[in-house]
Amino acid sequence: MRRRALKTMSLIASAVIILTACSPGDPGNTSTTLKVAYQKTDSFTALDTMLQAAKQEFEAANRDVTVELQPIQANDDDYGTKLALALRSPSTAPDVFYEDTFKIRSDVDAGYLLKLDSHLEGWEEWDTFEDGAKAAGRADDGGTYAVPLGTDTRAIWYNRKVLEAAGVALPWEPRSWQDILDTARKIKANDPTVIPFNMYAGKGTGEGTVMQSFYEVLYGTGSTLYDEETKKWVVGSAGFRDSLAFLKTLYDEQLAVSPAEALDANVWKKVFGEWFPEGKLGATVEGSYAPSFWQDGGSYAWPGYEQEIGVAPFPTQNGQPPGAVSMSGGWTLAVGAGTKEPDLAFRFLTTALNEKNSLAFTVESSQIAVRKDVAADPGYLDANPFVRDVSKLVPVTRYRPATADYPRISAAVQEATEAVITGTRSPGEAAAEYDAAVADIVGGDKTVRK
Amino acid sequence: MQPPVTARQLLRYLPVLPAVLLLLVFLAGPVLWAFQASLTDAGLTGRSARNPSWVGLENYQRLFADPVFPLSVLLTVVFVAGSAVVGQNLLGLALAVLMRRARPAVSAAVGTTVVAAWVLPEIVAAFAAYAYFSGDGTLNQLLGRLGLARQDWLYAFPMMAVMLANVWRGTAFSMLVYRAALNEVPAEVSEAAQVDGAHGWQRFAFITLPMIRGSIATNLMLITLQTLAVFTLVWVMTAGGPANASTTLPVLAYLEAFKFGDIGYGTAVASVLILIGAVFGLVYIRLLRETRP
Repeated sequence: MRRRALKTMSLIASAVIILTACSPGDPGNTSTTLKVAYQKTDSFTALDTMLQAAKQEFEAANRDVTVELQPIQANDDDYGTKLALALRSPSTAPDVFYEDTFKIRSDVDAGYLLKLDSHLEGWEEWDTFEDGAKAAGRADDGGTYAVPLGTDTRAIWYNRKVLEAAGVALPWEPRSWQDILDTARKIKANDPTVIPFNMYAGKGTGEGTVMQSFYEVLYGTGSTLYDEETKKWVVGSAGFRDSLAFLKTLYDEQLAVSPAEALDANVWKKVFGEWFPEGKLGATVEGSYAPSFWQDGGSYAWPGYEQEIGVAPFPTQNGQPPGAVSMSGGWTLAVGAGTKEPDLAFRFLTTALNEKNSLAFTVESSQIAVRKDVAADPGYLDANPFVRDVSKLVPVTRYRPATADYPRISAAVQEATEAVITGTRSPGEAAAEYDAAVADIVGGDKTVRK
Repeated sequence: MQPPVTARQLLRYLPVLPAVLLLLVFLAGPVLWAFQASLTDAGLTGRSARNPSWVGLENYQRLFADPVFPLSVLLTVVFVAGSAVVGQNLLGLALAVLMRRARPAVSAAVGTTVVAAWVLPEIVAAFAAYAYFSGDGTLNQLLGRLGLARQDWLYAFPMMAVMLANVWRGTAFSMLVYRAALNEVPAEVSEAAQVDGAHGWQRFAFITLPMIRGSIATNLMLITLQTLAVFTLVWVMTAGGPANASTTLPVLAYLEAFKFGDIGYGTAVASVLILIGAVFGLVYIRLLRETRP
């Protein structure tokens, strides 16, 4: 008898749960709902933590508003796709969302983002943001459409023990590509089972291939991908061929991982989770967020990584000025162009990005601060021993040419690196194919030979 | 003179109306939408995201000039022919025939094993296959234990890996169809042939196979269309790589529409895929008709 009653109870309970899940919120108590879309993964929960805090703070201050958090569980690529699909339709478009800086220009073109200039005027904390970071949210028309959460730089991360064992003087400060090759060969000679110097290549690692590998090489040759002055894409550059040749040398001499491993989309997990902690990897180029994986609570927690890891700027080809190369990305918060509550949405954004929340987020996700007050906070500077090193790269860092054509161009670059490391094309052939692909994508009149 | 159509006659169609409406909304609708979108420059983002403009057949012109497209069509045909028409179909038939001869316990064990791969959700099956074929995967560990050389299966033989995975995952369906069909073959016919002196193989080829022709055609049609549309398996295992070596048409359509945000071009690829599916469908329907004298 009792068992039956329990069964009935549990059935009723599950029915209630299902029914409440289906009903669109409770319309009785609240009048407004703000939808907030953002990314959350197993290894990236810092933003979720931040927005949960902002939600509590905001709802306490605005009793008639409900903030509906809509985490999207996906990697960067898939998050961008899902967000774009949601933005296409007014009924699914979020009011506030997490936006990649390199998508801002094309999303502004698409009319997805609200221009924030008039709102920013009335927000005194806007002055605490670094000028360079402010520019990340600016579109071609000069208006600001997004507020940055943080930025990052890229550098060489190396395992001190591995380099020490090979007789490399520490701290290691390579001055040119040749220095990198010399050191890598030294490591290889000392212990052939170690991967001396890995750089991503191929389409498997996607944007990682260009951001954490190819662009560091390319921009160190003096060449560039996109000529900002003429607004044309550069083709036929010697720097492009040299860069491919450098990657080819690394892979041909087995100083990097095997091509098969390089093309596996999960290779970066091995870099952080296996090879570095197990002393199987000499060095690699990675983002300033690297410590976030290793620190306590990170997805590949590695107690004592502070003593074993070193960081160095990526050098230019022959050591020419400015001597170091870095790339920056970064994410922002933006307001949907179709929002019914632009003021509320912007106020939520400012709550999420206030000093307290920004500091917590920046530290937890090992970002480089974009607010001056956060940048000066001891909690930020001492978050990990590498904050000062990677922040030093801000003056030399570069941003991607984020036009609507960029994703295809980036794919063409990835294809060129893949063809070279797998040996199906020589650097010259792969560069020629890249040139043809670029002309095909943007039209011959939008390219320039340099 | 034709009798006038009465309201009563029209009323007879009323019960099928919901089904027709559902078909129109959920099947014809998306097909038409995809075709219409393939004639525009619709994008995921950028200027043409909200207000796509009509570009006529430009996407198709680009598609036929794209060097990846013929490769992709070829890979799709190889994938369908190898893993569905040959792999799943023949293996399923062989299993069904052998299971009739086997002891009940063996038959049940084999049946459960084969069906287990089929009941897995596609994404789970895809990850299982990835874990099996990847560099440190099960296959290489087994080979290592046998003292054989390791291989980077997903890199060196991507098509073979995804085809084997698809055979593994889909054979259960063919097996079940053929088991049901073989049960329908009356024992008397086979016995009569035996009395006439036909051997085992002859009986199978000239008596059993013709009698289950209908099931063969139906099965072929279903597994062909299913395999044409396989995306998750390929995407998880190789993502179309290395160097497009496993970019079947569904993967190409996804890449173009969502990775490069070119929905117009992506739907053009999808439209071609629909056409290929329709051609296969028509061929099999003809085959089915011929089986009924």
